[in-house]
Amino acid sequence: MSSNYLEIIRPGINTTFQDKGRDHLYHIGIPFSGAMDNRNYLIANKLVYNNLDSAVIEFAYQGPHIKYSGEKINCAITGDVIFSIKKKDTEIEGKCYESYQIENGDEINIISTNKSVYGYLALGGEFDLKFQWNSCSINTKANIGSNDGKKLDVGQRINLKKINSNKDIKKTNYINTKIENIRVIKGTNFDYFSEEGKKIFYEKEFTVSKLSDRMGMRLEGPKIDNIVNTNIKSEGLIKGVIQVPADGNPIIMLSDHGTIGGYPKIGVVASVDYDRLVQMSPGSKIKFKEINLSDAETLFKLYEMETQNLLSQI
Amino acid sequence: MIKNILNLGDAALYCDFGNEVNKSINSQVIKYFKTIKEKKFEGINNLTPSYNKLIISYDLKKTNFKEVKNYVENINAEDSIDINSKKLEIPVCCHENFSMDIKRLEKILKLSREKILENFLNKEYFCYMTGFIAGMPFLGDLDENMRAQRLETPRVKVPKGSVALTEQFANIYTFESPGGWNILGNTPLDVFDSSKEDKPNLINPGDIVVFKEITLDQYKSYNE
Repeated sequence: MSSNYLEIIRPGINTTFQDKGRDHLYHIGIPFSGAMDNRNYLIANKLVYNNLDSAVIEFAYQGPHIKYSGEKINCAITGDVIFSIKKKDTEIEGKCYESYQIENGDEINIISTNKSVYGYLALGGEFDLKFQWNSCSINTKANIGSNDGKKLDVGQRINLKKINSNKDIKKTNYINTKIENIRVIKGTNFDYFSEEGKKIFYEKEFTVSKLSDRMGMRLEGPKIDNIVNTNIKSEGLIKGVIQVPADGNPIIMLSDHGTIGGYPKIGVVASVDYDRLVQMSPGSKIKFKEINLSDAETLFKLYEMETQNLLSQI
Repeated sequence: MIKNILNLGDAALYCDFGNEVNKSINSQVIKYFKTIKEKKFEGINNLTPSYNKLIISYDLKKTNFKEVKNYVENINAEDSIDINSKKLEIPVCCHENFSMDIKRLEKILKLSREKILENFLNKEYFCYMTGFIAGMPFLGDLDENMRAQRLETPRVKVPKGSVALTEQFANIYTFESPGGWNILGNTPLDVFDSSKEDKPNLINPGDIVVFKEITLDQYKSYNE
């Protein structure tokens, strides 16, 4: 039995292991999964000398309270997260984007994410996890991945297989920017919607509904009127697709989305804005802005360069 | 053949094979799916065949729409496709505990419960594709008088095992999931098993499925 491990004192409400996700499985109905906010996932790993595709603990809203047992190890939290680290005789307020060294008996208490949804906890080492289709990402709907495909639970023990030898402290000054508009590319059923409906889609504000999770984000707001057909023959989906069912309320497909869907697609969120989209918590206002394919490709390239730059500075 | 290729967002190709749903168009889609899957083009990370579309998604860090489109346009889809089809019997219980949308179906189809079940059960359906959620089979075709639209607002939770209808198709919810199909019954059978990484799906495209009715008692004792 491993002598380095975590114990879950409080699991938080939506705590899972995530990594880069799994591909080449859409045709049997298994989505990508993986960390929702990819940039924050990568930064978390880099801060603790992990391979960038290592597993981290992802949490949403209320995070886990964890007790660590074993030899010294580094940890880092990314996102916009309120947390504390409890050592023998002191409790310090934690800062995101800074690594900390913890030792036997120390506790990490992740209170909550702040005006955002997802946060990441990376430990400098390797969790002992089951891989399914080359990924340990937990898909709670299909019960796929590590931890029998289930959220982390109270009292659970999670072993570490390996601890990184480099334990120098690292930090970076990253700030999660919020954006006013989510950029979208016209969907393949854009013309199913009335002129008024198209105008509403680009000009009005929508509110993120409470019924949002890793599968999808439901929006509320003015109804988008369909003038052709409120159903299409079911066909493949990708993350970021915005479907509008008959009730006129858009649903955005997120990382654990169904691989096939039968509602008309009004648009697709540009890849450049995906990480920021998933961080919009219930009640947030969303406005969509149309961009074309070539601008979307260029913007993603710039975003990706920025990510690589950030990582190289850590 | 592919009639038209569009972009679906900035990281996927939307290959359109037509609007009709039939075995001949579906076989074309599967031919392209199998051929591209074999060739392993750098950057393509998922292929989703459906009735008459093929969605090819790619890693925007490695390739782009123009490159993948050019590649797909120059592919010769192999003529021989190997669908090892099998015939499967699926037990289904249509007790009122499970048939959550029977009243809605009676109203829309203007048929009695008995007639709906008679039309649905003991007939052969073809599996066109699997997906939405892991292992869910899309089966067709239902009789003309059995075709109903999806719910206006999809349910947040459809129970695992639900057997449901929409338009000319039937499906089985392999897990509890959101969904908007009309629920007619429930099967106690595990249609998806993730512990079998090579063959997680019980039903695969090309298979023939027949639904056989079981009673509530048979349902309850099925997995004992």
